[in-house]
Amino acid sequence: MTSTLVRPDATLGRPEPTAMPRLLRGLGRDGGTVGLGEHLERWGAMDLRWARQHLGSELEASGLRGHGGAGFPVAAKWRSVARSGRRPIVVVNGAEGEPASAKDALLLARTPHLVLDGAAAAAASIGAGRVLAYVPHHLLEGVQAAAGARRRHRLDPVDIEVREAPEGFISGQESAAVNGLQGRPALPSFIVLRPIRERGVEGRPTLVHNAETLAHVALVARYGAAWFGALGTERAPGTTLLTVTGRPGGPVVQEAALGTPLREVLGLGPDARRRYQAALLGGYGGTWVDIDTLLELELSEEAARRRSATLGPGIVVLLGHDSCPLAEVARVVRYMNGESAGQCGPCVHGLGALDQALQSVAFHAPEHQASVGSITQLCALVEGRGACRHPDGVSRFVTSACAVFASELAAHRRLGPCGRIGAPSALPFGGRPEARHAGRATRPR
Amino acid sequence: MRRAFRIVVDPIACCGEGLCAELFPERISLDPWGFPILSDEPITADLVEHAGRAVDMCPHLALHVMDAPANAGTGGGRPGEPARLVARLAPGGRRR
Ligand SMILES: Cc1cc2nc3c(=O)[nH]c(=O)nc-3n(C[C@H](O)[C@H](O)[C@H](O)COP(=O)(O)O)c2cc1C
Ligand code: SF4
Repeated sequence: MTSTLVRPDATLGRPEPTAMPRLLRGLGRDGGTVGLGEHLERWGAMDLRWARQHLGSELEASGLRGHGGAGFPVAAKWRSVARSGRRPIVVVNGAEGEPASAKDALLLARTPHLVLDGAAAAAASIGAGRVLAYVPHHLLEGVQAAAGARRRHRLDPVDIEVREAPEGFISGQESAAVNGLQGRPALPSFIVLRPIRERGVEGRPTLVHNAETLAHVALVARYGAAWFGALGTERAPGTTLLTVTGRPGGPVVQEAALGTPLREVLGLGPDARRRYQAALLGGYGGTWVDIDTLLELELSEEAARRRSATLGPGIVVLLGHDSCPLAEVARVVRYMNGESAGQCGPCVHGLGALDQALQSVAFHAPEHQASVGSITQLCALVEGRGACRHPDGVSRFVTSACAVFASELAAHRRLGPCGRIGAPSALPFGGRPEARHAGRATRPR
Repeated sequence: MRRAFRIVVDPIACCGEGLCAELFPERISLDPWGFPILSDEPITADLVEHAGRAVDMCPHLALHVMDAPANAGTGGGRPGEPARLVARLAPGGRRR
């Protein structure tokens, strides 16, 4: 049965190393799901025997890093999961709780087999006994169908089990996902005592990867590290998906080679300053940057961190001049406070206090506003003090906002709330952004 | 020779009783809401007994002794250096 689908020649379907896009190749602007037959025709088969022996070192050579937000080197994570010698478990993290991100949903809805290929290759390489796909309700059926097709064709070393990820910002946090996958509430655990990579699902060493990370793994497993590194830079090889909100036409997911100037990726021209007042990078646990910084940045986590920013899981929100940035910030902090799991004192009290403080500077009369000093103090106070990094994200978000919007803070303090506070929210909440992509792909000069 | 160690607080277990800051003020202070802030400074030999008492007396068993170096303390899925629980701290301390 397998022979009808799996082609033995892995070079079939291999795209030109510098061809763009990669993950989004062949996906129209809108459209349906790429089924298994079409998928294998497009990309060729994976050689799992090869993966078992060589994928670990190939990934090491590729320099691939995680796309879930932390940017941790993939090969190093695999090594630590495999170290214990006990049979590990692979988790596809498709929860994508971040409201400003739609890239994982796009991959899982349109090209699920690319993500599942990555999970299968990982399972072969580290000898996993189970593969669990953790996806939100609206993707459940599609991913189940994809997993079913793979099972019928005996494609994978172990069958892929599909589980529902609850709604919510933190349900995709690593330990929350592990809890959710075991039928417990999807809330974080204090994992300093027992890292997930040592003791995760069923107490087994568990490899949790973001869905996009696994799609890149699928390409390295097929075409190797040299192919992978033909795009991007030496220090930031490959490509990344970005969810971009705030431009006319609504949110889009696009793919770009790492190292590309962001102005090019975002299609920003000389009128960028006239159109936008600032940008949020990395989502609601990310950082604000002013437009001058944005225009100078190249697309890489390293470049972002040099400017005290982060790309997080690949999120850019451009903020137009019609919005009050303080109102936007206050709404996000209120949302993030509400999304706290409510388990840790410093998170509960600290985010609550930050919420009150940000509401005051955005919406209240000057005499009732919290001082910027007290806000930055609260940010420092919550950092590193939760069981998960949710408060750290809020701290980063607010600290950067205080720096980038210093003149707006001063103006609110002098004159009270500005006339723009009633503008509709520019930042998305709750309702998931549509998984549509721009068909735009950028590569370095 | 005793290994370098540090104390971490499990913020989920911690209910902000504040006993630890009373027993080990050299390295533990309280935030405005009464939850402990643990200093990064190493726990020197002369402080081991105080540290051990704080760990043992926590009514919620929220304090843990770990090998230094620090593992950032939070674990948002960012694998750092593997940190190991140290089974026992001060002589006579409660076994964990
Ligand atoms: C509050 C919080 C929420 C998170 N939500 C997600 C998520 O929805 N999806 C995801 O892939 N990673 C999420 N992460 C990151 C995961 O903990 C983990 O680092 C990631 O899945 C690892 O994948 P990677 O190595 O492929 O990047 C979240 C982290 C935090 C602190
Ligand atoms: S830090 Fe906040 S979000 Fe994270 S586990 Fe604790 S209470 Fe929940």
